[in-house]
Amino acid sequence: MKTANQKMVAVLTVLLALLALVAPQFLKNYGIYLMTYWLIFIIATMGLNLTVGYAGQKSLGHAAFFGIGAYTVAIMMKAGLSFWLGLPAAALICFAAGLILGFPALRVQAIYLAFATLGFNTAVWLVMRNEEWLTGGTFGINNIARPSVFGYSMEGNLPYYYFVLVVALVLAGLLWGLLLSPWGKAFTALRDNPIRAESLGVDIRNYTLLSFAIGAAYAGVAGALFASLVQFIEPAPFAVGASIMMYLMVVVGGAGYFLGPLVGAAVGVVLPEWLRDVPGVSDWYLPMFGAAVVLLMVWLPDGLLSIPDRLRAKRVAREASAARAAAASRIGAAS
Amino acid sequence: MTDFLQLFFSGLATGSIYAVAALGFTLLWQASGTINFAQGEFVMLPAFMMLGFMSLGAPLLVSFVCTLVLAVFVLGWLFKRGLVDPLFKYGMMPIVVATIGLSIALRNGVRAGYSAEAHPFPSLFADRIYNIAGVTVTLQDIGTFALAMVIVMATQAFLAKTVTGRAMQAVAQNTESASVLGINVPRMIFYTFAINAVLAVVAAMLVTPTYLAKFDMGEGLGMKAFFAAIIGGFSNSRGALLGGLIVGVAENLASAYISPAYKDAVALLIFMVVILFKPQGLLGKKEERKV
Repeated sequence: MKTANQKMVAVLTVLLALLALVAPQFLKNYGIYLMTYWLIFIIATMGLNLTVGYAGQKSLGHAAFFGIGAYTVAIMMKAGLSFWLGLPAAALICFAAGLILGFPALRVQAIYLAFATLGFNTAVWLVMRNEEWLTGGTFGINNIARPSVFGYSMEGNLPYYYFVLVVALVLAGLLWGLLLSPWGKAFTALRDNPIRAESLGVDIRNYTLLSFAIGAAYAGVAGALFASLVQFIEPAPFAVGASIMMYLMVVVGGAGYFLGPLVGAAVGVVLPEWLRDVPGVSDWYLPMFGAAVVLLMVWLPDGLLSIPDRLRAKRVAREASAARAAAASRIGAAS
Repeated sequence: MTDFLQLFFSGLATGSIYAVAALGFTLLWQASGTINFAQGEFVMLPAFMMLGFMSLGAPLLVSFVCTLVLAVFVLGWLFKRGLVDPLFKYGMMPIVVATIGLSIALRNGVRAGYSAEAHPFPSLFADRIYNIAGVTVTLQDIGTFALAMVIVMATQAFLAKTVTGRAMQAVAQNTESASVLGINVPRMIFYTFAINAVLAVVAAMLVTPTYLAKFDMGEGLGMKAFFAAIIGGFSNSRGALLGGLIVGVAENLASAYISPAYKDAVALLIFMVVILFKPQGLLGKKEERKV
C-alpha cells in the first residue's frame, strides 16, 4: 500500500517534469517567467515541507533563509564574484543559519518554536532594512545579472526557466532519496512521537538540527535563484508575512505530502499573480485566500492532497461496512 | 534622568495597551488552548466598527458600547462556533493556521472593502500636557495607562472573586474535573471568548488615537501581544500585564538610547532570552511533556 503510493508519486513527478519541459512551448514570455517563479517557490517550500511536514518542527521563519540566500548571491555578485560561487555559498550559509536556528528548537516546541522562528525572521528582516552598507537598505540591490553556463548566457527567460527546472528536479530527487533513507524515517519519527523516537535510539538533537538546516539550505538555493530571476531585491519579500505565507502554502498543499509544495505554491504565488490583472478580483484575492484557508482547515485539516486519502478511507470504510452487512446477513440466514 | 523618566512613563502607556491585548490572548489559551494569530486583527476590526458607528452620527461612547455588543457576537461567539469548535479536536496547529488565514482575510478584507488609508480616531482624553518635577507627561498617556490598568485589574478581580470567574479558572485548569463538578464548560469557554472580544475593543479604543485606524495596524500589535504574553508566562494572567509593561518600556527606552530602527527587535530579544532560560515565562509554571 505504502510502496504503491510512493510509486504513484514517483510516476506523477516524472510526468509533471515532462510537462514542465514542454510547457514553455505554449507560453508567452510572462508565462515562462511565472513558471520560473512557481518553481522557485516549490524549491523553497520543499525545504519547509521537510522541516514542518516531515520532521514536525513548526518553523515560521523560512522567508528569512530565502532572503539570506537572495542577499548572499546579490552581494557576492555585486562584489564581482560569479553566480556559481554565490549559489553554493547561499546554500551553505543558510545551512549554517538553519543549524543555529535549530538550537532554540531543542529547548522549545510547537507554538513557542513558531514564535522563536518568527522572531528570527523579524531580526533578519531588520538587518536587511537597516544595514545599508551591506544590503542597500530599503533601496535594495538592483541589476543582479543572470548566470551563464559554459559561455552560454541564460539572460533570456526561457533558458533561465530550464536552468531552474533542472535545479528543482535535482533537489526534488535528493529530497526523495533522503525521505526513503533511514534519515527520512528518523524525521517522521521525530514528528510523530519524539520521546518514543529518543527511546528507540534516534538522536533527537541531531535530527532536529538537520531538519532545520536542510530545509534552510533549500530556501537558500531558492533565494539565490529568486535574486537572479527578478534581478532586483529589497527587504519586503522576505518579511514575516512571507514566512507565514510559505507556511500556509505547505499546509494548504498538504504538509508531509511529497507533491504538497507544488500545489501549495500554485495557490500561494501563481494564482494571485494570475488574478492580479483581473479587475474586481485582484483586490479580493487575499481576503478570499484567507477565508479559503479557514474553510480548508475546517474541512480538510491535512491539506488539498489529502483528498485522495480521504476518498480512499471512505471507500475502505464503505466496503468494510458492506462486508459486515453481508456477513451479518449470512449468519442470520444460517441460524 | 528626566528624559529617562519621560520615556519610561510613555512606555508604560504603550505597554499597558499591549498588556490588555496580551491578557485576552492568555485567557483564550488557558481556557481553550486556542492560539489566536488574528489577535491584532481583533483589535483592528473594532476600531473600524467604532468608526462606522461614529460616521452614523453616534458619539464615541455610544459607538464604543455598540461595538462591544457587535464584537462579543462576531469576535466572540461567531469566532468560537465557526472556527475554534470544529478545529479543537485536531490539536493546536490547525487552529493556528486557520487564525492566520482569518487574519489575512480580515486585514485584506478591510483594505479591499473599506479603505487602504489611515483614518484619524478621536481620543477619550483631552490634549493636555502636565509638567511634574520637570517630567512632561500627556493626559493621553496617563489616561491610557490608568484605564488599561483598571481593565486588567477588573478582569483579574472578576476571575478571582466571582463564582463565574472561578468556574472559568476551574475550566482552564482542569476541564474534566470542572465538568464533573457541574460547571457548564462550554458556557465558561464562551465567556472567555467574550472577555477576549471586550478586551480587544478596549485595546482598540486606547491604541487607535495614536496608531490611527488602518487595515494593517493589527500586525505589529498582535505580535507584541504574543511576545508580551510569552515573556510574562502563558499560564498566568498576571504574566500578560508584566510582559506588556516590560515590552512597552524596553521598546521606548531602546528606541531612544540604542536605535529607533531596531525598536521592533527589543520585544524579540527579551522574548528570546526568556524563552531560552525560562521557557515557561517569568511568572509561568512548568509544563510537562506528554508521550
